[in-house]
Amino acid sequence: MLTVVVFLPVVAGVLLLATPRLPDAVLRWCLVAVTAVELVLVMVLWADFPGAAGYRFEARVPWMPSIGVSYHVGLDGLALPLVAMTAVLFLACAVYSLRETRRVRAYVALLLFLETTAVGLFAALDLILFFLFFDLSIVGMYFVIAGWGHRDHRRAALQFFLYTFIGSLALLLGFIGLYLAADPHTFDIADLTASRPLDGAPLAGALVLLAVTVGLAIKTPLVPFHTWLPPAHTEAPAAGSALLAGVLLKMGTYGFVRIAMPVLPAAWRQYTVVFVVVGVVSVLYGALVALAQTDFKRMIAYTSVNHMGYIALAIGTAGIIAGNDAQARQLAVTGAVTQMVSHGLITGALFLLAGVFYDRARTYDMSSYSGLAGTAPRFAGLTAVGAFASLGLPGFSGFIAEFQIFTGSLGAQPVATALAVLGILVTAALFLLALQRVFLGQQRLPAYVPTFGDLRVAEFVAVAPLLSLALLIGVLPRFLLDTIERGAGAVVELVAR
Amino acid sequence: MTSGIAAQGPYFLAASPLPAEGIAQHAWLLIALPAFGAAVLLLGGRRTNAWGHLLGCATVLAAFGYGLALFLSAGAFGEAARVRELSLFSWIPVNALQVDFGLRLDPLSLVFVLLVTGVGALIHIYSIGYMAHDPNRRKFFAYLNLFVAAMLLLVLGNSFVSLYFGWEGVGLASYLLIAFWHHRPAAATAAKKAFLMNRVGDVGLALAIFIMFAQLGTTQYTEVFARAGEFSSAQLVALTLLILLGAAGKSGQFPLQAWLPDAMEGPTPVSALIHAATMVTAGVYLIARANPIYNLTADGRLAVMAIGAITLLLGAIIGCAYDDFKKVLAYSTVSQIGYMILAVGLGPFGYALGIMHLLTHGFFKAGLFLGAGSVMHGMNDEGNIRRLGGLWRYMPITFATWGLAYLALIGFPGLSGFFSKDAIIEAAFGQAGWRGWVFGGAALLGAGITAFYMTRLMLMVFFGKERWRELRTEDGREYHPHESPLVMTVPMILLALGSVGAGFFFAQGHRLTGYLAPSLGGLQEAHGPLPALAITGLTITLVALGALVAWLVVGRRPVPVERPERVSLPVRAARADLYANAVNETLVARTGTWLARALVFLDNRGVDGLVNGIAALLGGSSSRLRRLQTGFVRSYALSMLGGSVLVIAALMVVRFA
Repeated sequence: MLTVVVFLPVVAGVLLLATPRLPDAVLRWCLVAVTAVELVLVMVLWADFPGAAGYRFEARVPWMPSIGVSYHVGLDGLALPLVAMTAVLFLACAVYSLRETRRVRAYVALLLFLETTAVGLFAALDLILFFLFFDLSIVGMYFVIAGWGHRDHRRAALQFFLYTFIGSLALLLGFIGLYLAADPHTFDIADLTASRPLDGAPLAGALVLLAVTVGLAIKTPLVPFHTWLPPAHTEAPAAGSALLAGVLLKMGTYGFVRIAMPVLPAAWRQYTVVFVVVGVVSVLYGALVALAQTDFKRMIAYTSVNHMGYIALAIGTAGIIAGNDAQARQLAVTGAVTQMVSHGLITGALFLLAGVFYDRARTYDMSSYSGLAGTAPRFAGLTAVGAFASLGLPGFSGFIAEFQIFTGSLGAQPVATALAVLGILVTAALFLLALQRVFLGQQRLPAYVPTFGDLRVAEFVAVAPLLSLALLIGVLPRFLLDTIERGAGAVVELVAR
Repeated sequence: MTSGIAAQGPYFLAASPLPAEGIAQHAWLLIALPAFGAAVLLLGGRRTNAWGHLLGCATVLAAFGYGLALFLSAGAFGEAARVRELSLFSWIPVNALQVDFGLRLDPLSLVFVLLVTGVGALIHIYSIGYMAHDPNRRKFFAYLNLFVAAMLLLVLGNSFVSLYFGWEGVGLASYLLIAFWHHRPAAATAAKKAFLMNRVGDVGLALAIFIMFAQLGTTQYTEVFARAGEFSSAQLVALTLLILLGAAGKSGQFPLQAWLPDAMEGPTPVSALIHAATMVTAGVYLIARANPIYNLTADGRLAVMAIGAITLLLGAIIGCAYDDFKKVLAYSTVSQIGYMILAVGLGPFGYALGIMHLLTHGFFKAGLFLGAGSVMHGMNDEGNIRRLGGLWRYMPITFATWGLAYLALIGFPGLSGFFSKDAIIEAAFGQAGWRGWVFGGAALLGAGITAFYMTRLMLMVFFGKERWRELRTEDGREYHPHESPLVMTVPMILLALGSVGAGFFFAQGHRLTGYLAPSLGGLQEAHGPLPALAITGLTITLVALGALVAWLVVGRRPVPVERPERVSLPVRAARADLYANAVNETLVARTGTWLARALVFLDNRGVDGLVNGIAALLGGSSSRLRRLQTGFVRSYALSMLGGSVLVIAALMVVRFA
């Protein structure tokens, strides 16, 4: 069943590529249909997800037995919410893309290919499988940016590719180190988690953790590995940006909780302060740099750095065993995973909304606009909802996530947490400044644009459900937290071994 | 005051609350009704334009009716009221952090429910007339409903987290309503400023909540209060100061007061409801609610008292210098909330007095704002009091209701403000040693200044020469002052009745303070060096003096239409908000901007430069890097090759290490 969920999109994509003479409109609706079916399947999985800890829907088939590689997939409380968020976001992007007119066939196939890599990565329980999906997602996103981006997109795409690809090589290096240290040699995440081969070798453990961390930190991205992110986002098409921020960044943070923490617990405990520091720096640095941006999309991109920083703070705190009880650590990790889901929904929505600027007036420069609330009230309203959700207003998912992260972290890291809490002040400032610049005041548009049309149906239908879901999680988060909690509890126990 | 309640002291609250029964089981309706109204009006869009305002009023009136029934079913002021809890659902259920979403129905929350829905309903009705010509009236009512729902959540929640939920919710509603006329740049800026300065306070409140959780593992009132003794003394001081920071942000207290006067850019009903009667008093509610924590630390209470005393003087002094009708009232609000904060800083000697002043202030300040709105409504939105004058004969109802509220505010004997403010001044004098003299003296002095600036306002608006006769509006129209329609004057009349009678009603037989005892502990009385009668006499004398000076300055002599610019240094300082904005601008805004710019520079030159440098180094030269971009396949192949080399090298290192 899980295998079907993983490969359905790519198979559908290949079929669509192979079928000749399909009109563009049919192709676009096929994309919507496939992603919708995928979402339904994921919901079926969720309905069948039991209360107990451990992996469900497991499938394990030997693949390259000589080097201990198998096709091993399964879902636990950490992976399932991310898979669900991925399916939701892809459906939203498919609806948003109903207005895409350039090379539709390739576009549809590429998006479906990306969906498989994302779902596959979150389901992967084998390091090589994980790496494969990790790398293929980079390749897929490269083509999306290079093929459907705007302005300086080729350069941005290449920078994105080189940067994250180097990161993935570091990751591979770390994985090979783990493979060699394991006895018997294996790439299987479950086996490695059980045997934690490098716990007795401090130096090797540190080096492998370093390699894995560099690879994942680039993808996340954490300061100072974040510089590929703003240009990639600025030049990517709207749906590409939404998927890049919503899904691809989570591959980095998910890697930490799925691989780095359970497989290298001793090294994680030893170097955990690094993550706390990097997290706090990312939170404040990302927020302050975003505050100074004049380009709407770049600003949102930097807020991603800020939001990912909270996750780093939380997982860093989870490694501090002394003076921090297990419940607080579990709370922090649950908050981190909630933040991954929440950020995917909210930032995904904001990037889709950013696409509206480019669609109407070919620029993201906030100083080109003013007073749009008068002419485009629905656009202004949804953007305001997204902005307040992103700045952590209670009632939205971001608050639930950040609240858990802060409460979980304060006991062990009071100073770091207090500094990170200042992040909510700066994010409020930057979003309110942006809202004021673009939507309030007297109306002004770039000279070459006669009118600024309000949201079209497809745009509205794509964005509104994402924000509604963020609201639902903010008010009734229980269905999500109950699922995440068990996975988070397991990770915390594994780190403390 | 029965000594029995007082004797039970602060730990009285440790008793676990009873489950809600009967009518109280549906208390969630209080929040759900206005929330439903907001949702219908926002999602329904233009289709609801025709009847939106009526729905908006109906939901709040229904909530008021329900609140009243709840209050009466609990025995009203009569029998000993109890603390009841209504558990609704498990909100954030993660192992250690169990935030249960529930309501706490106790005397403190019930008086707030009545204030918020009662005054709220009157102001909703008033807004039907005030916003009659606004094309977005439906949206206005949606936001007002949203505010009422959030405010009720704030006061009814049974944990600090649900309080925080409502706390940010009212901040959002306040933002939306200040920026309601969003085409005006000043309104947009004021809304942003309000939200951000509130957010500074929110950071403090949030940190306090995190500390509670880190120490006790819970944020539910019942447990936090019962186990408040487990905090170390350092934690207690930190908690009280952080909560005070939160209160200062929401309630416009020093040093976070500068946003409140700017918030007057919003429509006047908003100023009356949110920025005078209810939301800005949430800080007072917060400190009163957290009384079991404040009871444990005298240092924390001293900080609260100091902030209250500073703010009450600061607000009153600046209030003397403004010529804008609503801004004078705004600084008056800052100053009056200073009194309330001072009162709750007195601890068991003042929690209930702070709440009493909060309630009477809710009546007369809402009345003053609605009166100001009525004057501006009849005067082409003219808010500069130098251009008004002699309006009493054109707007008799507005004049009469405003006059009664004015007398209540300055503390005219027998009216609301007299009872509530006098009690605070007396209690402040009751503090031991220098504190009694300093805080009592400040409160006394504040009463005199209040009488001055309010009388100045009264004389310049309603008496004297009709200065508007020779003037024209900015777009050249004449002024034709007229009384407002019934839909506006009836709420003003009802509020005026409250301004007159509420104080006596609350104070008689310690009715209110006794009622609040289950929430706040019994009110204790202290006797300072001065007898109570002497303090009352002194207060009345100072108030009369303040009013007299005002008459000498603006009543006896004609008022110039243009503001005199050659004025003394103190007046100039007061006109510049005692330089609070300048300080904020320099310390926070400029520093933040500078820091952000510096980091952007670092980001572009430093981090990215370093990365590009390394990339160039790896690629051999930057020109080769550029050549890589010519074709995807080639670059991919090259990267793969480079990667493979790295991998093999690493493999060898690991194997032979």
